[in-house]
Amino acid sequence: MEKKTCLYDRHVKLGAHMSPFGGFIMPIQYTNITDEHNAVRQHCGVFDVSHMGEVRITGPDAERYVQHIFTNDVAGAPVGQIYYGMMCYPNGGTVDDLLVYKMGENDFFLVINAANIDKDVAWMLEQKEGFDINLDHQSDYYGQLAVQGPEAEAVVEEVLGLPCKELKFYTAAPLQLPPWGESNSANPLPLGGGREGAPLIISRTGYTGEDGFEIYGSHDFTQKAWDKLIESDRCKPCGLGCRDTLRFEVGLPLYGDELSADISPIMAGLGIFVKLDKAEFIGKEALAEQKANGVAQKLVGIELADKAIPRHGYAVLTPEGEVIGEVTTGYHCLSVDKSVCMALVKTEYAKLGTELAVQIRKKVFPGTVVKKKFYDKHYKK
Amino acid sequence: MANFESGLYYSESHEYVRVEGEFGYIGISDYAQHALGNVVYVDMPEVDDEVTAGEEFGAVESVKAASDLIAPVSGTVVEVNEALEDEPELLNKDAFANWIIKVQLSDPAELDNLMDVEAYKAHCAE
Repeated sequence: MEKKTCLYDRHVKLGAHMSPFGGFIMPIQYTNITDEHNAVRQHCGVFDVSHMGEVRITGPDAERYVQHIFTNDVAGAPVGQIYYGMMCYPNGGTVDDLLVYKMGENDFFLVINAANIDKDVAWMLEQKEGFDINLDHQSDYYGQLAVQGPEAEAVVEEVLGLPCKELKFYTAAPLQLPPWGESNSANPLPLGGGREGAPLIISRTGYTGEDGFEIYGSHDFTQKAWDKLIESDRCKPCGLGCRDTLRFEVGLPLYGDELSADISPIMAGLGIFVKLDKAEFIGKEALAEQKANGVAQKLVGIELADKAIPRHGYAVLTPEGEVIGEVTTGYHCLSVDKSVCMALVKTEYAKLGTELAVQIRKKVFPGTVVKKKFYDKHYKK
Repeated sequence: MANFESGLYYSESHEYVRVEGEFGYIGISDYAQHALGNVVYVDMPEVDDEVTAGEEFGAVESVKAASDLIAPVSGTVVEVNEALEDEPELLNKDAFANWIIKVQLSDPAELDNLMDVEAYKAHCAE
């Protein structure tokens, strides 16, 4: 049975179309994907992303442990800095992609994909031998909202009264509850979290290619914040349907599509998040070998001449009809009115400008290899 | 709420046939376009293609997913609604006015296997 987030009843009341995703029953859309997509590109939208998992790593060896399991390099990072990267298997395949928040010296907050929570936590526990750390799985404690779009800063400041103007891109701050967020109900802080007793974490991050914030708090806080945002009428409730079209357009990967146990970050073109100059991390040797000698398959963007839509799993062909890959995600891109996809193809066909084709049902549609970013990000850095 | 038009034949997979003489205009019901959401692409057969009752003849795509079109009757395609190539959203505006293909019916007796509007309404309410 799928789990429900703390906002489930509110989604149903708003008339959302609910569907299983990553072990949760989640809102896919409230009105329609196009309107919600455009709200985030042009104004502001709020997403319930409480399905995401959270793990707090503290203790004397916390930094050394994070360095061991994570491909990016957090050494010497300032408090508040956030890193995107992966956990990899020894063979370079991807366990998950995640965000690592440095909340203090030897205090890290890891945000992982809903569908991978059990697998990731088991993986992390397996790797902790020899490290003096406390690993606290906090997914059941935290709700999470993503407020995204060019008006997100004003909405978070003015509607929620949470200070966020000063936050730089990919940084986080602990926050106290605002007056409207105080609760009489017992609301225990998660173990290991809330170093200064701060029950909230806010970060300038997101998964849409727009400016925006992600806010982590108790279920009680998340419900109150959601209600304030919806009642303000200044931000549109947005479902996972447009979350996928938004992230896809700006070339952000989704675990299960563009990354998997079989797709390494190097194959996915995410080598910039793999710091091979680090002394050691799980998968380093395999990933270094892939980077040095090349990989058999690579993730590319493909733009079709026609409006037909390439979907996950469809075959990618040479113009002569030989199967050389598979679509990972595809849409009729809402912001640029083109049918495009990301696809994993044999490396010899991955060069920009290569003529390829995609099999869509009975027909074959010609396309061209293009950059994976179909629409430019609008981050506020 | 969805509209239901009388005088048409409906299939369980939500296609309709409007019969005019020996020809049938095949489209999707208003109920179907509601369920699909914004239609962004219609994959249609070509003129002179044969379609077979119960078999797929194309697809309607929303942002999120592709849904097969199942022929409610058999016949030869004599016309496709080319307006849908540039404006697939016409299906959302008026699904009954915007048929998808026109076929020459090869076996009009197949119409007996389809539902009238009352039966189709009940089917949608299930």
